[in-house]
Amino acid sequence: MAPVTPALLAEIREKRYPGARGATPHVALAGLSLRAAAGEIVALVGPSGCGKTTFLNIVAGLDRDFAGEVRLTPRPDGQPARVGYVFQEPRLLPWRTVYENIALVLPPHRAELVARDLLKAVGLAEARDRYPPQLSGGMSRRVSIARAFAIEPDLLLMDEPFVSLDHDTVEQLRSLLLKLWHARPTTVLFVTHDLREALVLADRLVLLSGAPAHVVADVPVSLARNRRHSGAEIERLREEVLRHHRELIGAAGATSPVE
Amino acid sequence: MRVNATAQRASSRLAAASLAQRIGSIALLVAVWQIAAVAVHSRMLPSAAAVFAALVQLCLHGTLFFNLGITLARVAAAFIVAMVIGTAIGIVMGRSRTIDVLFDSWLVLLLNLPALVIIVLAYVWFGLTEAAAIGAVAVNKIPAVAVTLREGARALDRNYAEMAESFHVGRWRTLRHVVMPQLYPYIFAAARSGLALVWKIVLIVELLGLSNGVGFEIQLYFQQFDVTRILAYTIAFVAVVQLIEWVLFQPLERHVGRWRR
Repeated sequence: MAPVTPALLAEIREKRYPGARGATPHVALAGLSLRAAAGEIVALVGPSGCGKTTFLNIVAGLDRDFAGEVRLTPRPDGQPARVGYVFQEPRLLPWRTVYENIALVLPPHRAELVARDLLKAVGLAEARDRYPPQLSGGMSRRVSIARAFAIEPDLLLMDEPFVSLDHDTVEQLRSLLLKLWHARPTTVLFVTHDLREALVLADRLVLLSGAPAHVVADVPVSLARNRRHSGAEIERLREEVLRHHRELIGAAGATSPVE
Repeated sequence: MRVNATAQRASSRLAAASLAQRIGSIALLVAVWQIAAVAVHSRMLPSAAAVFAALVQLCLHGTLFFNLGITLARVAAAFIVAMVIGTAIGIVMGRSRTIDVLFDSWLVLLLNLPALVIIVLAYVWFGLTEAAAIGAVAVNKIPAVAVTLREGARALDRNYAEMAESFHVGRWRTLRHVVMPQLYPYIFAAARSGLALVWKIVLIVELLGLSNGVGFEIQLYFQQFDVTRILAYTIAFVAVVQLIEWVLFQPLERHVGRWRR
């Protein structure tokens, strides 16, 4: 693993959306600072609508209208860091096949090789020539994840990528994600409002307040990865986190469905 | 697979049925025409048989193919110019509020300008030239194309744009693979109504200021009150335009929309 240089350093002093016609502007983020070490999975946990997506868009460079600073450590060869983004909805282009969707983000001479590899890794080698409207929800997410890994990201942003899927599919996708991450290590910023999901995936939880969002607590997940398959262990951890962070009750913890 | 094959057979059966209906419908029109012509018995309403005979004669000995070719070339030129310029204007206006506000009234003005005025002004200002003729036709069509494409540009999905931007897809690839496919339905809509309008206006332009083409021929026969040949030319032209729809537009649209289930 790389030495502990922060792969990402974000200091957002303020992000505000102008109010519509004289209404008071909405402050989405205020004093949010976050750093992520190379190769770690950081889960951003916070109530719905607290500005998590806003934060990811800023880190991704999609939103430049904010006060503050985002620094990504460049690649060893001096190139700027590459950022892969797995959006909440898969955002596949429906008029391009599965293969063509991945090829779009790659330089043409490498597309074939990289896409073939990744489609195999996510178990969709057979579906390469199908169009997204013909895919199930779970399959679409796989393609979206494959596309993000295709660019060999230094930072992978994931914005609640597993919402509105059934429980079994989510389990499969989580273990697929971890498998890919082990084979292709990268820094991951994973946004979720599901504390259980965060505990299963992350090295570290960053708990966010409601809007305007700032970091409430930074909680390392000490449980070894090979012991996280146990529902009981995760549940124990979840209760511990909730005990220490009462403000999460009613937001992240208590609303997540009992399984 | 089985289901698919059955569905395919069903849809081809449907296509055959609709083709039969179409032929039946046209046959009915011809029959009504023939009966009316026989009943009226006037030089002003020739029978279907006479018109077809004239059509064959014009094809074999006349200048029908030459004039049809000339007119189609003008249609093609005006159509392409109108589509390219109209699409560009529409996209820019759909994406930029400032430009939209600035030029929206121009567009409305042009939309409401009668075709005849544009043609006459073009001839007066630029002379009875090929360029003036084609330009006048294109200007007639550009505002409608621009309005349609402006709708399309406004409806572009931000989510796809964000995806392309965050993955650094690049401007040209984004335009070609992310933006244009979203505009294809609008481009086809504009092209369809565009072709219908353009070929009608081309005939007027030829009639008013040029010395060949279908419009010019029709004017000649008009002066001779030769309704038979006017109708023969009309049928030939309508058939060719419909052929373009069948062999060009429909297959192209199917190809572009092949991802839709």
